Amino acid sequence: MSERILDIQNLSVTFGGLHALKDLNFHVDEGEIVGVIGPNGAGKTTFFNMISGMVTPTSGDILFEGQSLIGLDPNEVTRRGIARTFQNVRLFANMTIAENVMVSQHCRSKAGIWSTLFNTAAFRKEEREIREHAEKVLGFFGTRLIGYRLEQPASVLSYANRRRLEIARAMATKPRLLLLDEPVAGMNPMESAELTDLIGKLRSEWGFTIVMIEHDMNVVRDVSDRVVCLDHGETLAQGSFEEVSSNPEVIEAYLGRPLEKKA
Amino acid sequence: MSDITTQVDDTIDTIEELTRGAFDLNWNRVLRFGNLLGLALVFIALSGMPVGLDEREIVDGVISLGYLALLTFPPILGWTVGKEIVLEGMSATKRGARDVVAGAFVGALGGLWMSILVLLVDNFNLRDPLVNWSPALLTLMTFSRSTGFGLVSWIILPGVLGAAGASLHLLTPRLRRAVMAMVLTVISVSIFQSLIDDLVGGIGESIADPGRLSEFFGEGDTPRPRVDSVFDGLIDFIYAQRGGLTVAGAIALALVAGALSLAGRGRIAKAKASYNAKTGPERTRQTAIMIAVSTVLLIVLPFFTGRITQDLLANVGIFLLLALGLNIVVGLAGILDLGYVAFFAVGSYSIAILTVTDPPKSWPDWLPTLDGQFGWLLALLITVVIAGVVGLFIGAPVIRMRGDYLAIVTLGFGEIIRILLLSDWLGGYFNAAQGITNIPGADFGPLGEAKGINPRSIFYLVLVFAAISIYVSWRLEHSRLGRAWMAVREDESVAEAMGINTVNVKLMAFVVGAVLASFAGAVVSAKVGSVFPTSFLILVSIIILVVVIVGGMGNILGVLAGSFVLIGVLGGPRQPGLLAEFSEYKLLIYGALLVWMMLQRPEGLIPNVRRSRELHQDEFLQDAWLKGEVDPDDDHEGPATEVAPA
Repeated sequence: MSERILDIQNLSVTFGGLHALKDLNFHVDEGEIVGVIGPNGAGKTTFFNMISGMVTPTSGDILFEGQSLIGLDPNEVTRRGIARTFQNVRLFANMTIAENVMVSQHCRSKAGIWSTLFNTAAFRKEEREIREHAEKVLGFFGTRLIGYRLEQPASVLSYANRRRLEIARAMATKPRLLLLDEPVAGMNPMESAELTDLIGKLRSEWGFTIVMIEHDMNVVRDVSDRVVCLDHGETLAQGSFEEVSSNPEVIEAYLGRPLEKKA
Repeated sequence: MSDITTQVDDTIDTIEELTRGAFDLNWNRVLRFGNLLGLALVFIALSGMPVGLDEREIVDGVISLGYLALLTFPPILGWTVGKEIVLEGMSATKRGARDVVAGAFVGALGGLWMSILVLLVDNFNLRDPLVNWSPALLTLMTFSRSTGFGLVSWIILPGVLGAAGASLHLLTPRLRRAVMAMVLTVISVSIFQSLIDDLVGGIGESIADPGRLSEFFGEGDTPRPRVDSVFDGLIDFIYAQRGGLTVAGAIALALVAGALSLAGRGRIAKAKASYNAKTGPERTRQTAIMIAVSTVLLIVLPFFTGRITQDLLANVGIFLLLALGLNIVVGLAGILDLGYVAFFAVGSYSIAILTVTDPPKSWPDWLPTLDGQFGWLLALLITVVIAGVVGLFIGAPVIRMRGDYLAIVTLGFGEIIRILLLSDWLGGYFNAAQGITNIPGADFGPLGEAKGINPRSIFYLVLVFAAISIYVSWRLEHSRLGRAWMAVREDESVAEAMGINTVNVKLMAFVVGAVLASFAGAVVSAKVGSVFPTSFLILVSIIILVVVIVGGMGNILGVLAGSFVLIGVLGGPRQPGLLAEFSEYKLLIYGALLVWMMLQRPEGLIPNVRRSRELHQDEFLQDAWLKGEVDPDDDHEGPATEVAPA
């Protein structure tokens, strides 16, 4: 069995009296693509927020490559190698497309104030590398985000391209684990099929391990090695897509219980 | 015979065409703008501005600055009432007599308010609450004639001016630009009289007596005897004896400006477009040439100007330094710092303490006495370090807050520093309210000393620091740190999630801002030779912020423009500007300008591209869509129109 890259142990979080997550146990192996599904309010995004350090769990532990992430600031989590996208696309809308991807390499570069002011050789080299990496990452999505687009503000992009740019921005942080929050939400079937394909490539070509929250079951089926279903902050089922999707409890969570016949 | 008849018929047709529907106005709009004009006129009249500024002539014997302050408004509102938004693809309404009539009505309605004011001032005495309710105001409002004359002319004159403003709509854009150029040239040449007189006179004198230039590096304490400038004739022609333009001069200027505007039609715009279209090395080369030319111009400028202009430019430069620093904090990193004056105070006081020869009275025994044994440069270095450390200390608690809370807390810190300087606890170290005096100038050893008595040296001192600050701002903006600042400004939580240590990055903005402010402090200490706690009122913070906002947040050129327009023309909190007459109404004008800017041009005089995008997002998107730069859906992978891929 391959190495566990992410190991979540007895994770709980409560907001006031609400148990957003209850005793969650979950792990991701190196090189896996895991789909997280569940009805609205199941705690999926809270789960992501917790891994990326934006919410502190009430109890339990998150181990990334064997080290705990508890208490780390989001930027430190990203530096460790976990990058994420947001469900409601949150780009830096007034920065150009190139800048959006360049700025997320912040934690992988180190030019300080002095090398910037004196425009040292090291500074120029690093800027060049940042730029090249940005273009390489954007090139992953075909010609949509490169060329004349590079210097346009992110706000001119179409919805689907904004989603792609979000993924590119996360990729540019050079992560080992990529958390995608509903990557195909709002895309048409053609676009989502294409993105499904690209998510596969993110693993095979870029070597990312991926955890993906997704409502589109076609995408989940096509790309996930394993599926976890959450409901009310608890793991309802885990396993292959077929196992989970045929699990009666999962069906119940999504569709509700059939009405009992009146006696 | 029949020819003439047809011609007459044609003429009648044309007149009918023009006047058709002339009174078919949007009366609501006319009433709204007319009353607005009336309110504005009455307010300005009662603010005392017209009476106070009546001394200053704009065109000798024709109009004074006081009347100008009132009479600018009817044409502007007359123009505005006819303004409409023309949507892409919609045909605009045809301009005609209707616009002029509307303008005339707006002007006359506004003027009616003034007529009523004339009657009221004539018959009642409300001087108690309204201090400017004076006979002088009545004299001004009746044009030094009878009340009846005032009543009538206040309806006719604004009406005519309103119609004149509105009739600009009838002109072609080219002619309109020419008319605007004429009016603005006359007004600004008159307003900037002292500057132009000084500059033209200086150049003229230098041409007449080139020997003056050789003593350039002298102390300037013994001015050379005045020689006749070669331009004296020109100056005498344009400017009247008691200030203001002569009538002939005004007409000549207007003609020249109009002719230049017509001849230079679109050239500037074309040059700008061609510069913007260039990329890569060629653009860099052009930029370098422009920077080199302006540097040379600035370096030789003091050869030709008098002390007053040099002093004025030094003041502009000092506020430029402060504004550049605040621009990094507010414009780039998006931290609304309302207590920026704190760092200015720290810089001023540090360098003062470090260089002054007689220490403050109650300098504590346990501290070494600083008998000014530091050189100025070493003192500056220590000052910069102190400012940076204070930036860290103030920044650390403040930075964890966001938005409004942060603004309030910085406001507090700005005041705390000043109050500490006055307090029993620390006041003794800093001479409390007496301040520190006899601060020596900036000593550069063999290069000479920059001190207040020699404004030229201060000008160069400011120039050097401004160059450093502009360079620092420019380098940082286009760097890893600058990008991180922008990301924090755009969305702090996402920036954090993308691996940016927002606390560090924001602290860095605070520290860089503090260091740039300390430069300004050092220059001011050398220039004025004394520092007092009262020089660091909250007003200074606000004015620096206004400079940044009016100029254009996040843009170095904008900050430059803002400093020149606000500090140079209107003046700083204590520093006189070119319009010394306005100093009493400075804050009123600042406020009005700020409100107007927020309504009409929130991105500032010279906007940052990004910021204007943000504020005009919808329009921008619409434009981009029309140009085919937005993909309506993803089936189209490229732009609809030809846009050359870079």
